[in-house]
Amino acid sequence: MDEGAGVVIVGGGQAGYQTAESLRQLGHTGAIALIAAEDFPPYQRPPLSKAYLLGDVDRHRLKFRTEAYYAEHGIDLRLGTEATGIDRAGKRLLLADGSSLAYRHLVLATGARVRLLPVPGAGLMGVHYLRSLADVEAIERRLAEVQHVAVIGAGFIGLEFAAVARKLDKRVTVLEAAPRVMARVVAPELSGFFDETHRAHGVDIRCDTGVVEIAGRDGQVTEVVCADGHCVPAGLVVVGIGVIPETGLADACGLTCADGIVVDGHGRTSDPAIFAAGDCTSYHHPFAGQRIRLESVQNAADQGRTVAAAIAGQPRPYDTVPWFWSDQYDVKLQMVGLSAGCDRVVLRGDRAGGKFSLFHYRAGVLRAVDSVNRPADHIQARKLLAAGLSPTPGQAGDAEFKLKDLVDAASA
Amino acid sequence: MPKVTYIEFDGTERHVELPAGWSLMQGATLNGVDGIEGECGGSCGCATCHVYVDEAFLDKLEPPSETEEEMLECTAAPREANSRLSCQIKADPRIDGIVVRLPETQT
Repeated sequence: MDEGAGVVIVGGGQAGYQTAESLRQLGHTGAIALIAAEDFPPYQRPPLSKAYLLGDVDRHRLKFRTEAYYAEHGIDLRLGTEATGIDRAGKRLLLADGSSLAYRHLVLATGARVRLLPVPGAGLMGVHYLRSLADVEAIERRLAEVQHVAVIGAGFIGLEFAAVARKLDKRVTVLEAAPRVMARVVAPELSGFFDETHRAHGVDIRCDTGVVEIAGRDGQVTEVVCADGHCVPAGLVVVGIGVIPETGLADACGLTCADGIVVDGHGRTSDPAIFAAGDCTSYHHPFAGQRIRLESVQNAADQGRTVAAAIAGQPRPYDTVPWFWSDQYDVKLQMVGLSAGCDRVVLRGDRAGGKFSLFHYRAGVLRAVDSVNRPADHIQARKLLAAGLSPTPGQAGDAEFKLKDLVDAASA
Repeated sequence: MPKVTYIEFDGTERHVELPAGWSLMQGATLNGVDGIEGECGGSCGCATCHVYVDEAFLDKLEPPSETEEEMLECTAAPREANSRLSCQIKADPRIDGIVVRLPETQT
């Protein structure tokens, strides 16, 4: 191994950036290289499907840090650089230009790539996916020229984009193969609320509706053909049907993968010199009680911190209760915990007024809280779940009962 | 461009010039000021960008929204009369020179 070989991080997304930043914050003084495929410095993705398209945020405000930060902190940021392979025996990362980088520790923060729509016509001009800054800039140009927008997939990305398109006064149709919106990530009660919200804002939502073809003229999209025979006119199609963990580098060099790169509670892969963090990983999560893979900012950031701590010799296992958020219109959704498999839901607050939380219980134990425009409930719920505290269903349902008192009593 | 002074918990002063319209949270994170997390990205949803605003500037700010009021009840460090969330304070010539102190902890 080269003397002076340091930490090499593959991936300039949330997890890769966080690993580099946390290493320096923890006082790690060795060399750090951050290898990013995109040309733009590491940036926040959440605004891409939200405020960015409304022109509320310019691209420079998306950056986690100014370029100067990396130079000042001795982080060798290599933009527009693709990694092509890992030589585990020689501890070198191979790059597309034929060169290679020696590492003492390698961190794979390769993220996920969009799932492609497997139907004829998906390659027409005007069919877009939404993951990167380049994606959203292409959507922005197209959006200025069209009136009819079709969104395929009613997950977070699709619905956030639908809300933005409605704000820009486009005709918006959302096509979802499942029976309800956000079926993969939220409980039915919440799907119902968001379905109503989007309809009230004029979105035509069609669930149980598969897509069989994208049709066009002169190479440009004109309509989406549904399985039931209906055609939806569209000058722009945005596809948000999920992502696939980017495990190519890990697979090719023989690291254990199973729906993601398999890591332990410290982000270690099956090779002790190689770590992984973020959307590309799967691991046994103590709160879930099983192996899971999360696609979220919280997971990417916290796993990045975990990996940095392990490399810096200050290991601290990852055990954060998962949390997520989404902004659609003036609805701020914040979720903590995992509601799948719960058997009781308690409403707190005013659903009709659009300010409420849903407390999800499994066998009498609080497992998840979804908050709509009740951010304080979300913060208290994070503390409750982290401490293993369960308010009674009666307490949860009483909006006057102060959750903070339970948290404070337990920490006193 | 409006100037902002951040006083980190250990007393270190950081001077940053912010384009008008940027939030004090963004100014801090982008420039690596220690002690502001902003983990929700600036949507008033996490209370990890808590600051104590210098009294001389407090009256020049728009009062906190209902949501910010709720979130200020959730800060990790004690809420004081001059507590605000820095994602909700936008740089503006009227607050040129504003000074904010950072709390001991955000989480």
